[in-house]
Amino acid sequence: MSDEKKVQRRDFIFTASYALGAVGVGAAVWPLIDQMNPDRSVKALASTEVDISSLEPGKSITVLWRGKPVFIKRRTPEEIAEARDVSVENLPHPEKDEDRAKNPEWLVMLGICTHLGCVPLGDKGEYNGWFCPCHGSHYDTSGRIRKGPAPKNLEIPKYEFVNSNTIKIG
Amino acid sequence: MSNHNYVPSSKLGKWFNDRLPLLTLSAHLKEYPTPKNLNYWWTFGGILTFCLITQIITGVVLGMHYVAHADFAFDSVEHIMRDVNYGWLIRYVHANGASMFFLAVYIHIFRALYYGSYKSPREVIWIIGMIIYLLMMMTAFMGYVLPWGQMSFWGATVITNLFSAIPFFGEGITNWLWGGYAVDKPTLTRFFSLHYLLPFLILGLVILHIWALHVPGNNNPIGIELKKPSKDTVPFHPYIVIKDLFALLLFLIVFAFFVFYSPNILGHSDNYIEANPMVTPAHIVPEWYLLPFYAILRSVPDKLLGVVAMFASIFILVVLPWLDTSKIRSAIFRPIYKQLYWILVLDVIILGYMGAMPAEGTYLLIARAATAYYFIHFLIILPILGKKEKTLPVPPNITDPVLGGSSNPQMVKKKEKYI
Ligand code: HEM
Ligand code: FES
Repeated sequence: MSDEKKVQRRDFIFTASYALGAVGVGAAVWPLIDQMNPDRSVKALASTEVDISSLEPGKSITVLWRGKPVFIKRRTPEEIAEARDVSVENLPHPEKDEDRAKNPEWLVMLGICTHLGCVPLGDKGEYNGWFCPCHGSHYDTSGRIRKGPAPKNLEIPKYEFVNSNTIKIG
Repeated sequence: MSNHNYVPSSKLGKWFNDRLPLLTLSAHLKEYPTPKNLNYWWTFGGILTFCLITQIITGVVLGMHYVAHADFAFDSVEHIMRDVNYGWLIRYVHANGASMFFLAVYIHIFRALYYGSYKSPREVIWIIGMIIYLLMMMTAFMGYVLPWGQMSFWGATVITNLFSAIPFFGEGITNWLWGGYAVDKPTLTRFFSLHYLLPFLILGLVILHIWALHVPGNNNPIGIELKKPSKDTVPFHPYIVIKDLFALLLFLIVFAFFVFYSPNILGHSDNYIEANPMVTPAHIVPEWYLLPFYAILRSVPDKLLGVVAMFASIFILVVLPWLDTSKIRSAIFRPIYKQLYWILVLDVIILGYMGAMPAEGTYLLIARAATAYYFIHFLIILPILGKKEKTLPVPPNITDPVLGGSSNPQMVKKKEKYI
């Protein structure tokens, strides 16, 4: 045999069998990984309907949707004014209140701090909105992050008004 | 390694040993030459083994009565406490046993830091130890979720949300960990499965840890390489065995004090309230043994960087053998390192305290300073100090300076320090 490196038939067979082996291992491992993802029964709980007829202005309720708390807040005119009277460019996560609350009286958002997932407390904090006790994030009356470690505004889920008394989340 | 040519005395023993040399192994363990100047800080390896076995035995027993379902878990733990014969005892031993396990592992780790046990040729022992420590933290974290109280639930929420800081994949990863869109039923069952599994992985790693230890042999308080066996060593059995057992006895007194007199002092009363996904307790804190890392996490105002800093503070320990450039192992001969060591101990204790306090005002400032110092110690001071420090003369062996035969009179004066 000569010393010079030549691609031989055997090299091809080695590479091909490694590649095939890798595909086989991957195919066997993927079900073991994917089984941990949200299953069909969890995904099926996709929407919740909430009766909001008894909610007074200034009050809020918390409902559970897909295991997560959702805040539904009926805002007072002052709170709406406060939320809209902010120069958006200076916010950590710039979003207009108009884009967050289609119907200004009703603010619907996930009650999950965007920092590490605690449930913020209502009517608290330096911006009269929500305050997260876990690591001190302050949210304003539009649920936008103003101060503290959380990087984003409270998330707005998909929702619609089924009629004037009912909100469908999801 | 000694005794590869050990021959059992009985015929049956010889027959068996030729087929599976377990008797050779046990002879090696008995005669394993150990430095004769080991102090009580060296007894924590044995204590840790005891803790692991205790957790496994009590854990398997708890698993016979515990129900890993979000609707029943909380009640089943109360059932263990009230109805199961000695259930209260077994659960209190398991819950406090986790704390005692961490107490022992922290002493064990700080022992290694003081005497330079992580240095060549013991880097692999050290790294396996760090993997064990990481697995211990994961195991304890998942165990704490099992009783499904308020602290269980919100601790699990905050810790799993750490992964949401990862750019792009964060949300996918957290949903994958939870098996849903929040910590919920699927999370509990998988945590139980893993909480059962990991201690056995730890057991396997402990065996590797000890195997790796038996290649170079123990480090010792004066940190010098020894001839083994020699007049500087004693056989493991009975000398070290008895000393380890005596230390274990003292340790058990502390353990029993917690179990019988203040079984809940290390826990948090909120965990006796069933998990409620709608309400976060006003003040959530992890178990005491995770507090220093929690303080580091919170002292960084940016979410992703906070998480990075927290993981970095652990990873830094893994690469410590290459950060500490000093060739001298023991702090006894490193006058400056010795003082910095105690400052580091204080720094970690301060971090732990700050982790338990609210992250605001002065607390936050102190936590930030302590976090900065932690990284400075490992990343800046240690690499430079190892090159600059004027170390004290190291004795040639253990025995001669003690008996006065040292070629180095300075060491004779200080002999009480290293025997
Ligand atoms: C590395 C070893 C282990 C550590 C550090 C550890 C730690 C913990 C901790 C901190 C808790 C929460 C205690 C409480 O507040 O109630 C717990 C609970 C539990 N552990 Fe472990 N554990 C270990 C091994 C095991 C093993 C091997 C099993 C076997 C199945 C097990 C089964 C359980 C069960 C069923 C519970 C729930 C009952 C309870 O909360 O008391 N553990 N563990
Ligand atoms: S989880 Fe809200 S501030 Fe950290």
